[in-house]
Amino acid sequence: MSKRGFAKEAEEEVRAMNDTQTDLQGDLLVILRHGPHGSSLLREGLDMALVAAAFGRRVSLLFMGTGCTALVSGQGQGPLGQKGTQATLNMLEMYDIETLLVESEAMHALGLKACDLSLPVIEVSPAQIQAAMTTHRLVATF
Amino acid sequence: MRYGILLLGAPYSRQASHSALRFARALVAKGHILDSVFFYHDGVYNAARLAAPPQDEPHLMDGWKALHDEHGVKLDVCIAAALRRGLLNETEASRHGKEGYSIEAPFALTGLGQLVDLGLRCDRLITFAP
Repeated sequence: MSKRGFAKEAEEEVRAMNDTQTDLQGDLLVILRHGPHGSSLLREGLDMALVAAAFGRRVSLLFMGTGCTALVSGQGQGPLGQKGTQATLNMLEMYDIETLLVESEAMHALGLKACDLSLPVIEVSPAQIQAAMTTHRLVATF
Repeated sequence: MRYGILLLGAPYSRQASHSALRFARALVAKGHILDSVFFYHDGVYNAARLAAPPQDEPHLMDGWKALHDEHGVKLDVCIAAALRRGLLNETEASRHGKEGYSIEAPFALTGLGQLVDLGLRCDRLITFAP
């Protein structure tokens, strides 16, 4: 690619990033880094997000690492009797939690594509993750 | 600065509680305000009133209590996380028909709304996770 081509591409990326940044403002960013079954961290993180939204706060979710698997369709209760998280995730829209970010690198590492997930998501780069952390008043990591 | 602490790690199983307590002490020593500690996930076990660790180990529950007594730090425990792990105050124990109770003041059972408010009113909310 020519030098000019690179410059143009970089410019477009910055513009796209700025567009996303303006969408990403909010009161609370909940980062979910654990899958649905190994621990209760995912559920307890989602609970915080729902409570904040119920109190009228603007909430965004960021799924990182194995946390991305939470969004794979069909996360049911399973034979262990743990409470599944699919039902909670399906309620997000009702609570006006519509900004669902997923870590692009983790999606790649896990062999997942946006079309494998049960809800519409925005894939984000490390730079966009960094930006999201600065554009939310509070960040909580689970 | 005004700080809040979110503690998710179980006492003695994980480093989280020890680190959080040391961080809390360092904050007040430096003249910062520690508003509250919010105990969530396995962190709720820090509030167990019956904890009896060996004498040659730090007594974490007493450590939190001392922080409350000396500096007025609020000790809030997530009620949903606590109840399912067997941590109930006298009121909850009687509501659920249990003979004993396992949490007492200055630890207070409260909801996640308190955690959100804490995070938003503090300059920093520091999480100590397992």
